[in-house]
Order: sequence, then C-alpha cells, then structure tokens
Amino acid sequence: MQVPAYVEYEKATSVQHALTLLARFGPEARILAGGHSLIPMMKLRLAQPETLIDINALTDLRYIKATGGELRIGAMTRHADLLSSALAGQHFAILHDAERVIADPIVRLWGTVGGSLCQADPSEDLSAAFAALKATMVIASLDGTRTVSARQFHVGPFETVVEPGEILTEIRIAIEPGGGSAYEKVGRRVGDWPVGAAGAAVWLDGAGDSRAGGSKAGDSKAGDSKAGDSKAGDSIREARIGLTAVGAEHFSAAAAEEFLRGAPASEESYARAGQIAAEHCNPVSDQRGPAEYKRHLACELTVRALRRAVARAAAGPGGVT
Amino acid sequence: MQITVNVNGTEHARVIEPRLLLIHFIRDELGLTGSHWGCDTSNCGACVVWLDETPVKSCTVLAAMADGRNVMTVEGLGSDRGLDVVQQAFARCHGLQCGFCTPGMMLTARWLLDHHPDPSDAEIREALSGQICRCTGYENIVRSVRWAAEQQAVNNHGQQP
Repeated sequence: MQVPAYVEYEKATSVQHALTLLARFGPEARILAGGHSLIPMMKLRLAQPETLIDINALTDLRYIKATGGELRIGAMTRHADLLSSALAGQHFAILHDAERVIADPIVRLWGTVGGSLCQADPSEDLSAAFAALKATMVIASLDGTRTVSARQFHVGPFETVVEPGEILTEIRIAIEPGGGSAYEKVGRRVGDWPVGAAGAAVWLDGAGDSRAGGSKAGDSKAGDSKAGDSKAGDSIREARIGLTAVGAEHFSAAAAEEFLRGAPASEESYARAGQIAAEHCNPVSDQRGPAEYKRHLACELTVRALRRAVARAAAGPGGVT
Repeated sequence: MQITVNVNGTEHARVIEPRLLLIHFIRDELGLTGSHWGCDTSNCGACVVWLDETPVKSCTVLAAMADGRNVMTVEGLGSDRGLDVVQQAFARCHGLQCGFCTPGMMLTARWLLDHHPDPSDAEIREALSGQICRCTGYENIVRSVRWAAEQQAVNNHGQQP
C-alpha cells in the first residue's frame, strides 16, 4: 500500500493567498496543482513536503486566450483543456500533437500544464513543446512577477528556476504568422513517458507574408488556392526544435536550429538537422531503452517533426496535415 | 482536518489526515467498496470515480482535495428507477469477467457518452485507454459501450413527443 508520508494541508483561495501561505510555511511547502506527478512522488518518498498548498480552487489560472499578440495559457489549465482548445491548435498544432500523447484521457482531465512544467521531469513532453515554441514563463511572488524563457526554466532534473515563495502562473507564446509546428513521440505504450520525443516549429521564407497568419487564422485566406502550392522552393527562415527524454540541453537543439536557418526546406536539410540534434544529445540507458536507440530517436523524430511542421507551414492555417 | 464531501448525493463529514487518498476515504471511511483499489500508481483505472464533473483516478487524489466537492462512485451510477444504461450494457454484453475493472470502466463510459453520445469504436478505445482489464476482455467492454450508446439513443428518441 502506497500512501504519502504525514503532511500538512492548506487550501489557497487566490494567487495572493497561495503566495502568502508559501511565505508562511517556507521552503518545505509545495504547491499542489493536479497532483498527478507530486502525489506519486510523495508515495515513493521521492518528495516529502511538510505542507501542501492546494491551488485547485484558483480557477482564474485556468484559461487559454490570445491577447497582445501572444497565446496565454494559465498554469492551472488542465491537459484536457489544452487538447480541446481550438485556439491553441489553430496557432500551435504542436500543443495538440503533444497533449494527445501525454498520459491518458483520465489523467489529462485533472493534471495541469503548470504542474507538469514545474515537476520538471527530464522526459516531460510539454517541456520540449514549449522549448520548441520559445515560450515565456510568468512567475509570481509577493514582490510581483518576473518572466523566464522556457529554455532557461529548468536548471536540472526535477528542478526549475521557480524559487520557494514563487508560483508559475502563466505560459506565453508569441504568435508569429506563417509558421507550422509538430510533435513526434515514441513511447512504449499508451500513457507512458516518451522513450524519445521531438517538437519543431518552423517559418518559411516568402511563405508567411502571403498567407493567412497567426492571429488572423481562420479568416477567409485559410481557403486560398495559394496555400500549400509553393513549397518546393521555400527556404527555412526560422526553425526551433525541442527534445525531451534524450538529455538535450535546455530541452532544445540550438546547433540544429542554427544549421536550418536559411537552409532549403528539404529532406536533406531535415536529415542533417536530425543528425546534429542527435549529436548534441546526452541520453542515458534505462528501462525505456539503450542510449544509442534514444540517440537514433532524437535524429529520426527531429526529421519527422520538421517534415510535418514544414508541411503545416506551407499549407497555411486552413491546411490539414 | 475536517472535510465534507458529497458522495452520491449524500454529505459526509469526517476528520481525516491530509495524506489520506480519496480511494481509501471512499472505501475505508465510507464503506463504499464498489470503487476498487488497484495499481496505486494511476495506471490501471480501477479506482476511477467522478470528482465534480469529471472522472479521476482516486488513488492519485487526496481526500482533502475533494472537500466541498461532489463525488460519484459506481454506487451512485444507477437510480431508484434502476440501473444506468451503461450498467445494463455491461450486463447484457458480458462486459466483465472478474469485474475488478468494471466500476471504473463504467464511470468513464458514462462520461464519454455524456460528451459523445455516438462514439466510434476508436473513440471508445481512446477514452478507455487509461484503464486496464487484466482479463483482457476489451472486445466486450467496447461492445458494451457501443450498445449503451445505441440504447441511449433509442431511449432518448422514445421520450420525444
């Protein structure tokens, strides 16, 4: 029988209240969001907080909205909310790709986006997805708020820059027209952590401007005949790659991104980028597979994610891929 | 700490340790043993109950988190008028063998049909993918949910004037 060790419990009624409680109970207090990572960790004594501060009542942190040229996701957004959000999918298909393969439908109903990120598992899917999107994390404390890049959010396995006394409240992603994104994961079975996974977001040169873009997605241009027919000559203006479970620094592949900037959107480019991404990984052998297989996955899944992201960018917001 | 949880329409107030898991609260404190305690790792889904409007794996939720909320267990699935159509379906289509996974399967099936009254077999399998039947009787479980969907459509149609 697995039960958590003795712990105190407080229910926060607002962000301010949660921050006050964090200040009162000190560094051994932990925020309890969906609990679907923290409670299993507590059962195994891998986490043993003195006090849990339950923030499930903070429904004002549960939202997905487009504002100020950004997609903004509240930290208490449940995985199922993100998966069912047409707004999120329309701007960043990678988020739907990733959510579809996170845990299982029941866990997704209760687990939260912010909780997953703060758990900071080195195999977390959303960490790679948000790294690929160069998202910005908003962190609140009693002194105000600060922002941190998704790529600087993690300082090590199960460790983030969120300090005692702070709470992650929001994730922001800049909406840049003309892009496409995708996420590819290999897992052993439904609901498992990835053996390896890669996400990509790309913007094509000469493509984005002529097509219906980001914040106007869903407009009349979505059905334009131009969409999707000029892919052959496109080059990649900007590419971003996220990797998880393969020991990639900052959940990303900076060298492969650098290589892709200005490169033709071709199979050769994807293959080379995949190789570079794999070379910069540092996977470890474990029960999910040997390191060399994970390195192979880092390469192959980067290729697949790039291929699909480019196809989506070329097809435009109305395209189906 | 004291919590008050409405379970199947009845309020229950108890003094608990904050570390008590919801599944143990339901089974040991309230004596409602229809919810099963399975893998303890949120993998198997035998412990699924509804917390407010959604199914949850109650081995991974603290009873304290249910304070002030509504819980529905398999005991609350039927009504005075009889079994829920999902329960009828599992009985009729042999959707259970040993029965250990059945309460969780039915509660998830109920939720699925509330949101997708006419799911495809693929959608049924996806919805149940977080739940394990170690008798491996999945064919009949899917058939049961399918039958429940069809029967529900007939019932609803029958109520039209």
